[in-house]
Amino acid sequence: MPKEVTDVICPFCGTLCDDLIVTVSDDNKTILGVKNACAIGAEKFNHQRMPGRVKRPRMRQADGSYKEITYDEAIDWTAKMLVKSRKTLMYGWASTSCQAMSIGHDIAEKVGAIVDNCATVCHGSSLIAIEDVGVPSCTLGEVKNRADRVIFWGCNPAHAHPRHMSRYSIFPRGFFTVKGHKGRKIYCVDCRYTDTAKCADEFIQIQQGFDYELLDALRTAARGEALPDTVGGVPKEKIYEIAEDLKNARFGVIFFGMGLTHTMGRNHNIDIAINLTRDLNDYTKFAIMAMRGHWNVTGSGQVLGWQYGFPYAVDLSRRDQARHQTGETTSVDLLNRNEVEACFYIATDPGAHFPVNAMISSSRKPTVTVDPHINCTTEISDIHIPVALVGVEVGGCAYRMDNVPIETRKVVDPPEGVLTDEELLTKINQRVDELLAQGGA
Amino acid sequence: MSEYIIKNGRVFDPVQGIKGDKKDIFVRDDKIVDSVGSGAKIIDARDKTVMAGAIEVHAHVAGPKVNAGRWYRPEDKHFDSHKTAGITRIEGGKSIPTVFKTGYEYARMGFTFAMEAAMPPLYARHVHEEIHDTPIIDEAALPVFGNNWFILEYLKNQEIENTAAYIAWILNQTKGYGVKVVNPGGTEAWAWGLNCLSIHDPVPYFDITPAEIITGLMAANEYLGLPHSMHLHQNNLGNPGNYTTTLESLKLAEGVKAKNNFGREQVLHSTHLQFHSYKGTNWGDFESGAKEVMDYVNRQKNLTIDTGNVTLDETTTMTADGPFEHHLHGLNHLKWFNVDVELETAAGVVPFIYDPNNAVFASQWAVGLEIALYANDPMRCFITTDHPNAGPFTRYPRVYSWLMSKKVRDERLNTFKKADKVISATTLANIDREITLYELAAMTRAGPAKCLGLSKDYGGLKPGMNADIAIYNINPDKFPSTGPEIEKAFAHVAYLFKDGKICVEDGRVVDMGHKKTFWVDAKVNANKQVMHDVREKFLRYYSVNENNYSVPESYAPHQHIISVDATQA
Repeated sequence: MPKEVTDVICPFCGTLCDDLIVTVSDDNKTILGVKNACAIGAEKFNHQRMPGRVKRPRMRQADGSYKEITYDEAIDWTAKMLVKSRKTLMYGWASTSCQAMSIGHDIAEKVGAIVDNCATVCHGSSLIAIEDVGVPSCTLGEVKNRADRVIFWGCNPAHAHPRHMSRYSIFPRGFFTVKGHKGRKIYCVDCRYTDTAKCADEFIQIQQGFDYELLDALRTAARGEALPDTVGGVPKEKIYEIAEDLKNARFGVIFFGMGLTHTMGRNHNIDIAINLTRDLNDYTKFAIMAMRGHWNVTGSGQVLGWQYGFPYAVDLSRRDQARHQTGETTSVDLLNRNEVEACFYIATDPGAHFPVNAMISSSRKPTVTVDPHINCTTEISDIHIPVALVGVEVGGCAYRMDNVPIETRKVVDPPEGVLTDEELLTKINQRVDELLAQGGA
Repeated sequence: MSEYIIKNGRVFDPVQGIKGDKKDIFVRDDKIVDSVGSGAKIIDARDKTVMAGAIEVHAHVAGPKVNAGRWYRPEDKHFDSHKTAGITRIEGGKSIPTVFKTGYEYARMGFTFAMEAAMPPLYARHVHEEIHDTPIIDEAALPVFGNNWFILEYLKNQEIENTAAYIAWILNQTKGYGVKVVNPGGTEAWAWGLNCLSIHDPVPYFDITPAEIITGLMAANEYLGLPHSMHLHQNNLGNPGNYTTTLESLKLAEGVKAKNNFGREQVLHSTHLQFHSYKGTNWGDFESGAKEVMDYVNRQKNLTIDTGNVTLDETTTMTADGPFEHHLHGLNHLKWFNVDVELETAAGVVPFIYDPNNAVFASQWAVGLEIALYANDPMRCFITTDHPNAGPFTRYPRVYSWLMSKKVRDERLNTFKKADKVISATTLANIDREITLYELAAMTRAGPAKCLGLSKDYGGLKPGMNADIAIYNINPDKFPSTGPEIEKAFAHVAYLFKDGKICVEDGRVVDMGHKKTFWVDAKVNANKQVMHDVREKFLRYYSVNENNYSVPESYAPHQHIISVDATQA
């Protein structure tokens, strides 16, 4: 008899939905169906049974083909690479558990590596802004229970965080928001008419690259100061109207995404969005939140935070101190400058996301990629080590975009003999210890 | 089996009334015993001070707001990230150290236990992840209740039994230790940008007052008979003239009797009292109210307090008192971090520089010392810095030096830029008292242990108790006379025994010990009403499912569970 596993956490995006129901075959080996998930989340579970899944480590041969090797061989090769390299980039971490990260950091500290996560090409600019000006925020349940003004700025949850709007931000009825969508005013600020804009009461089409100016204009308008006729393509009357409406909110929230972090101004865009939020707190209650992408990229920032005090790009290569400096210890810059001697990628696909020059630099170095699937990065790696899917085949702690920690669940067994991230990293750590005790690789 | 004799040490132990006598302490495995075999290892403690491991009663050392403070302040690491030789990991951070540094530094100063002072239940898993990664010291965490919707609804109807059943449920779900209350009602009001500054301000919508919340939670705490009492951060923190709010809040404990099997006598622990003992109407005519507050505390035997000593450093303030952090940000304009937590609480973080050249900050420093020096009963007054709010916990040795030496204290007082103003706004200059080593042992060991309901096993050196022992390079007959000497002696123990194992030797960490997480498992009768309310609130208002809320025991690999049976209450 197939059985249903309830309260399953979706290991796809930072929304971290925790109400999935997964039907599993009798023998605990195959997923038969997924309920409540969005299309992307369901696919993540369906991947588990995809034919052709790699189940043993593979090593690239001189002719470019891959040969299957044992886990022990892969672990030995990886440990030797880590010990030999004076500066290794250990990048990724956003799709694994916090427990696995912790072991990874232990290794990084021993071998003198740089630990970086996807924030480096994602919400890193938001983190820089928060390091500069702080952030007034809240949990997603607060939005559901209280928010009557919701702004989506430079983000498109309809595609990137598909259930965000129904679970937290537009449609749900909460304690003080019994009318649900009807009781909320939804703004969408974007340079394109997105599917999120379709759900909004008001779509503000902004000229591309004028986010800073418009946010600044809203701050100015909130203080009742003078504005030019238009700012970023938005007439001043509209800006005054919005500013007034935001001041009259009971509880407002701004969600922002890559449209702010990766357009002209970058961290300064976030900086001024935060300052607008702060200003609005002089009149009412307002919060702001980054729409974090990978399901546990927030967790990587948290673990790095409590172990080293920085949220990403943590350079441990000096072995006696932790350093964090954007542009200096960030992955893309390190690769572009050819500063690392080896690459260890885990639980993320830089090959799909990094600028091409960075990946060309990476492809010339000894590289190990740990990932359940074949992806762009595994194809330029010397070794690809497949692992169990975290959140599907093994549990572990993850942090939602509002930093709420949720324990993901195991719903099926991993394929026979496939290690989990934690098991693999523990073995690499042990091998590193042995090598270091023998005086190096 | 491992055995030790700590030989010829000068022992200070309020549990047995030992005041510096030369005495041997015997250790077998993790316990203090009457005698050991001839093969026992001998630790020469001649001319050294021997005390039980110190117990931190209130510090923010693990959890979401602590970590926000860490990662959003990279500057806190710029001059303080290092690794010492040996088995330790990289240590970083000055006002909010990383978990590794937190464990090592407490141990180096002779501490073996720390209480995380505010755990938002929804974030309990995060708190436990950090506790798990903090080496050596035992830890526990207090979930916050003072603004929780369940509590507000039950107490509005004066349903103590339901309140107690819900508390028991939360302690179990979050692996929590007791009942923490922060700015009761005020933090819920903050969700609308408001506050409750007096204990009679009604909470918006919930229509209950802070006074009713405090009274009700005190009653529920005693109904359950928990090891620790209600732990209160009063309303109106940090404002001139707030000592009246403080006295009003403390008076709510009058007539309430402690009911528990742990030897605890207080029903209310008032935390970081320094921040709550101000007279005056504004920052210009700001004055100390420590005398008035402590006169009351001294009379009222069912109260305990901790000081919250300002250390005059650059630090990072953090509290579940969300509106206060917003107010503070308005005063110093440094970066403001805030999180409102659905149905439960909120938290704020703001960096803060206690500049000794500023008369108010210097006066706050004096108020904290006055509170400790006015305390008649060192078993009811504990030294804290409300880490990191009034200063980092690593400054304890300096705080001890101010408390233990009138000379050191006056040197500091008289060299403030605005010394005259500080001296006239406070009474510190007129206080001659110097805290003795015996009193210090009460204020940092025996007292906190009793207050937390741990006095059976912790806080003393009596045979049968846990072998948590700190040995300092202090000869009581030649007590160091300068500030730096006192600081040095307390900053680095000669030895720290944790569970009978030497974890620190000569100030160097040599063993990670067997760190434990303490939590309280309170048994109550099945309560259908509360379980129905839990179900409904999770279905309708929480953003996580009920089944994903609880923290599994695997997060506390070495658990020390304290069981309480309230089924007969």
